[in-house]
This record gives sequence, C-alpha cells and structure tokens, in this order.
Amino acid sequence: MKELICIVCPKGCRLKVDEEHGFAVAGNTCPRGEEYGKAELQNPARVLTSIVRIEGAPGRCCPVKTDRAVPKKEIFRVMETLKGITLQAPVKTGDVVCQNACGTGASWIATKDMKKAE
Amino acid sequence: MRREYDVIVVGGGPAGLAAACSAKEAGAKEVLVIERDKEAGGILNQCIHNGFGLHYFKEELTGPEYAGRFIRKASKLGVSVLLDTMVLAVEEGRVTACNARDGLLVFTGGAVVLAMGCRERTRGAVAIPGDRPAGIFTAGTAQRYINMEGWMVGRRVVILGSGDIGLIMARRMTLEGAKVLACIELMPYCNGLNRNIVQCLDDYGIPLYLSHTITNVEGLHRVERITAAKVGTDRKPVPGTEMYFDCDTLLLSVGLIPENELTRQADIPLDAVTKGAVVYENMETQKAGVFSCGNVVHVHDLVDFVTAESQRAGTAAAAYAGGKRCPEGGKVISVQRGAHTTYTVPQAVRLENMADKVEISFRVNQIFGDSEIQVRDKKKLLCRFTRSHMAPGEMEHITVPRALLQRAEGDEIRVSAVEKEAGK
Repeated sequence: MKELICIVCPKGCRLKVDEEHGFAVAGNTCPRGEEYGKAELQNPARVLTSIVRIEGAPGRCCPVKTDRAVPKKEIFRVMETLKGITLQAPVKTGDVVCQNACGTGASWIATKDMKKAE
Repeated sequence: MRREYDVIVVGGGPAGLAAACSAKEAGAKEVLVIERDKEAGGILNQCIHNGFGLHYFKEELTGPEYAGRFIRKASKLGVSVLLDTMVLAVEEGRVTACNARDGLLVFTGGAVVLAMGCRERTRGAVAIPGDRPAGIFTAGTAQRYINMEGWMVGRRVVILGSGDIGLIMARRMTLEGAKVLACIELMPYCNGLNRNIVQCLDDYGIPLYLSHTITNVEGLHRVERITAAKVGTDRKPVPGTEMYFDCDTLLLSVGLIPENELTRQADIPLDAVTKGAVVYENMETQKAGVFSCGNVVHVHDLVDFVTAESQRAGTAAAAYAGGKRCPEGGKVISVQRGAHTTYTVPQAVRLENMADKVEISFRVNQIFGDSEIQVRDKKKLLCRFTRSHMAPGEMEHITVPRALLQRAEGDEIRVSAVEKEAGK
C-alpha cells in the first residue's frame, strides 16, 4: 500500500494505492484522483510549462506548455527541446511551437496571444 | 477620450477584469479598467505554470491562458481598458490618473471598484540578518525576470518561506538548470498547497526544512553563503543546529500585503488582519459606491475564488451606478472571527441588502483533521459545516442562508473552527 497526495487539483486528497491489488485507489474524492493514483505508481507524468524567445512582439518571451503530460523521467530531455527556438510574432494561444517533443507524443504549444509590436 | 463612466475599475488583473465583465453583464453601459502595466492580466502573466481555473472553467489552465480568457471576454463585452496608466487618487465618484501620453486624467464614475492586488513582503519586512549583497530577490520578482524578461537570476538557490510562489519557483529554477538546495520554513507546517509540495519539491528531490529560519547571509558582491538554523516553539533559532548552504541566490516567499495606498488615501477603513478594506456582503467598502475585490481585500490562494468574489463586486457596482441603494435603517450583522479563525470577509452583512445567501471566506490558524466550522450568535449555534481537513494555507468558504442570519439574536455572529471530538 502506497500513500500519495493527489496533485490533480488544489484540494490535495490523501490517496492510498494498493499496488498488489490492481493499483486500487482509495481516499480520492473524484474520478480524476483515481486516474492520478493509478498512473502515479505505474507511469508518473507531468504537464510542463516554460518560455521561448519571441521576436517582433512587445514582450521578449512567449509562455508555452506541453499539450499533455510527459513521463517524469523525460522531463529534462523535453525541456531541452525548447533551446534554440525563436518565435516570430504574431503567435496565438494554442499554436504549436515544437511537435512531438522527444517522441513522447506531447507537443509544446503557446499559452498566450502575442501580437506584433506596433 | 470619454471621461464619464458608469463603473471605473482600478487594476486590470484577474480581479479587475472579472469585476469589469460582470459590471457590463449586469447592465453598466460604460465600464473602464485602468491598468498601470503595459498589458492587462496582472500577476497571471508571469504565472506561466498550470493549475488555474479548475473551479471556474473546470479545466486546467496556465496563468496567461486564464488571463487571456478574461481579456478576450472584456474586449468582446466592450469594456474600455486604459493601459500604462497610474491611478493617483480615488474619491467618491471620481478617479484621478495619469500617463505619459495624455498627462493628467480625471474620470467620473457612478461606482468605483478597487482591484489593485497585492505585493510581496521583502527582506526588510522579515528582518533577515547578515550582509546585503546582490542575489536576494522576492520569489515573484525572480518569477517576472525569468518568465517575462528571460533573465536567469541564479545557479545555486535557497528559498526562504514555503508560500506557493516560492514552491513554484523552486521547480521553475530547477527546470531552467539551477540547483535548488533547500526550501526553509519558519512555521511547523508548509504555507503552500500540498500539491505544490509534491509536484514542485518532491518531484525534484528538494528538501523542505520546517521550523527553520535563516540566521545569516554572507557575501561581498553576491550572495556566497547562507546559514539556517532550527527554531524552537518560541520561533527563535536554537544554537548548535546551524546548517550552511553555499549558494549565489536567495529567494523570499514570505507573504503578500494588499496594496491599499489608494484605499487609505480615500479614508476607507481597513481591517487590521487582512490589511484590506472592510467590506459588506456585496464587496462594498464603508464608503458608499466604492467596492473592492480580489487580493487587495484579502490574499487568496486560488484565482478562481478571486474571480467569483470580483464578479459579485462588479455586479453590485453596476447596480449602484444604476441607482440602486442599500435600504437605510436595516439590520447590520457584524461577522467576527472566533476560535481558531484569523479573519472573515465580509466583515459585515446588511440583511436588507443581501441576496438569499452570503458567502463568508476566512482562514484557520492551525492544521485541522476531522473538524467543524461553527457559526454562532451571542447565545446559540446557528449553523455548522463539517470538514475533513483545514489548514492555514487554504482559504475556507461557507455559504450562510439569509433565513439563518435573520434568526440571529443581537447584531453579531462569530465563525469558529472546532476539532471534532474522538468517537463522535
């Protein structure tokens, strides 16, 4: 039996996951908690956020995130893929910045509308 | 430029944007948001991490995404947003501001909403001993430098305080290649959300030292070494427990203070605990027609609750601008903190003016397991709410129906937290 704190939402439910009985989850208060408890012991993954350089916008940086969770052990390799990328304004929220980072299936996407500087 | 508005909102962060949108939706014709930064969105623009919006949008958004939704909504609704402009004074129905383009600006408004947010406590506010070299930042300043300016602030980092911004920055610095040596917290519990301990510290093996503080900072030009020590129950350092960290950067995450210079200047009464305006059930301050919402009233943990509170303020401001006044002479119930609670918002409820229920927000002063929130008048228990967990780092909310408040004897109710007795 493994005890976890759920990170799906700010509530922070205390989960108990039984790895010997099909990763049964107890202590969760929503279905997403059960999903997290099962995944956390078998294939832990996190959504990553960072920034990339942007030219031609009023700001110097465009915030980005991965469009799905990436395996925890790949976090630093996926971070590396942003090095050397420079965007050109305009950029819209949801625009793909880097596709299928490190073969994880996750793509980096922009999280802010960046207009062209006047 | 138009100078007359129905509702004028000071501050274009999440609180101001939500208040402005709701004012417009409630029928205010001309709504103006005045923002001092070059873009709207406030602190959310630098909070590039995810986890926002689970309550309000039922999905997980980053800060810029959450802000973007309200910026687009405000624009669609026809809210005017004046950027790069500083408000100098707020009086009843009048807002004085200035910017480099238009010079001095005087606006008149049917109602005013104060949504200036908060700022960080600094090294001076917590009196850390030692040298004064470069390399000491508040966590939010470091966050802005890294996420918006693209400047890395350090390589070997110690963080004082376990507020959410500090925890988020521990992960952010790590992902950008820095080594975070420790997160040090004076209290015996973490001030941030549990999920942030897991996903920001535990994920990256960053130790959290509870009941510890910094006793010395050394460095000539740049931070070189930090000394930390355990504290006793009196929160004073215990000699002989010192630890040394060779580092070049110290980040401070030691609390936030509502930014109420304008409020104070307008002679609007403030609450000594929240450091924000004293407000009624509809977020109206003690000065009629001036409303306040978001972190400038009390510091929130979740932007979703800032949005909900600000929508109430915006709706009420639109009603005021439309000529609706609180009936005079009605009963006013003072909402007081009781055992183990540190404050309440609102601080008073006008029965004649409230809807069929009122939401009361507050914080507890210790960690609770199975427990109960009790609302009492001078003599009896009015209502209770059960909780399986409460902590000072997590704001609590209860919704009290009007019918219950009408049963209260006297003009005062108290909100307390009580541990459930074993076996019950």
